[in-house]
Amino acid sequence: MTAGQTTAEGAGQPPALTIDALGKKCPIPIIMLAQQINDVPREAIVSVLADDPAAFTDIPAWCRLKSHHHVASHELPSGGWAIHVRRNY
Amino acid sequence: MAYFDAASTEPLHPQAREALIEALDAGWADPARLYGPARRARMLLEQARAEVAEVIGARPDEVSFTASGTQAVHLGVLGALLGRRRAGRRLVVSAVEHSAVLHAAALHERDGGTVETVGVNRAGAVDPAAFGAAAGAEGTALACLQSANHEVGTLQPVAEAAAACAEAGVPLLVDAAQTVGRAPVPADWSVLAASAHKWGGPAGVGVLAVRKGVRWRSPLPEDDRERRRVPGFENVPAIIAAAVALRAVAADAARESARLSALVDRIRSEVPRTVPDVEVIGDPVARAPHIVTFSCLYVDGEALLTELDRAGFAVSSGSSCTASTLRPSHVLEAMGVLTHGNLRVSLPRGASAADVDRFLAALPDMVKRIREDAGMQP
Repeated sequence: MTAGQTTAEGAGQPPALTIDALGKKCPIPIIMLAQQINDVPREAIVSVLADDPAAFTDIPAWCRLKSHHHVASHELPSGGWAIHVRRNY
Repeated sequence: MAYFDAASTEPLHPQAREALIEALDAGWADPARLYGPARRARMLLEQARAEVAEVIGARPDEVSFTASGTQAVHLGVLGALLGRRRAGRRLVVSAVEHSAVLHAAALHERDGGTVETVGVNRAGAVDPAAFGAAAGAEGTALACLQSANHEVGTLQPVAEAAAACAEAGVPLLVDAAQTVGRAPVPADWSVLAASAHKWGGPAGVGVLAVRKGVRWRSPLPEDDRERRRVPGFENVPAIIAAAVALRAVAADAARESARLSALVDRIRSEVPRTVPDVEVIGDPVARAPHIVTFSCLYVDGEALLTELDRAGFAVSSGSSCTASTLRPSHVLEAMGVLTHGNLRVSLPRGASAADVDRFLAALPDMVKRIREDAGMQP
């Protein structure tokens, strides 16, 4: 399952930072992302590992609201997703 | 307590309360029998039917009373599918229908039928062309579209969808639970479902209307009640009270809906001004008059409901933490909007501007506190 906003831009770029939010309920994965996105350089990718179903919808929505870029959401073999976000500014 | 959860249930209308108490004495007998009290119960039942029929734009013999809005939807969907079995077993629904529609669709699928779900845009509305194309596809037995969404208030393009369905010869079921008694009922339905407790009637009364000429067969065991559409002894007193409530609210709907709609506009404009990082959801214009939904970034929806309850506000939320399933609302998911920190404010008739102002004054500090507790600095 990949989200609708997925685009090729930034796809294939390895994440500069991985945030492990597995087992954490929304809004915690989003709060972790918001607190750490500025730790990576502009144009770099943050990968959020999350298994709360709300994160699958909410991280792309956060990107839209905050003008960052949702690159893709990859399903994890163990359940949940690696949700890739590119820092835009 | 400021009650802002009318989309869940509207408080009983005072005239309905009076009518209910009277009808407990006047309408208790079996309307199917032939003695005096039974004839009186039947007369009151038929009078209620005629009144409800007039408001929803139906003939009285097209209207049946059910035990709930959910039962009206279940019987409407499954009965229309059964009646049209020869045409095919394909059911078309929008992605944001009430769970009553989606659960009936799931049953149809388990029973070997197929379901096509038509997606919605960011505002929560289906594209009428896409919906029409889905409904027009070979083998479609029924299409379902709500009049307005129960969580975000967005109106659906029912007239356009109905025209496309009519062209394809496919019946359209309209779930009008959120708008009957508040806005004019779209004219071109084939099957209509509504719920009395949403318009100020008592709980335990739903409305199922099936247009003459639309094929419909009961999916339940045979029973003589309600033109063989709904099994079980009618709740005549509650039906009478429901009709009284509907007549009362429909008479005042244009004025009261305009007043509530202005209050909703105030919430829609004030919340993003006073609370940072908020997404106001749903169509700002093409919407039910009384519903507004917004999501606050970095806020736990359950914590916000608890704070609001403590401060005397009754609202609801589509966030996963507030649902028994721990899944976010399928409506918010389908729209692709923020699902956490979600609040639905739905104004009952008579909601005061002062209460809305008090809510708007209380909200910013609450959100700020919850964000700080979660480690989110402004």
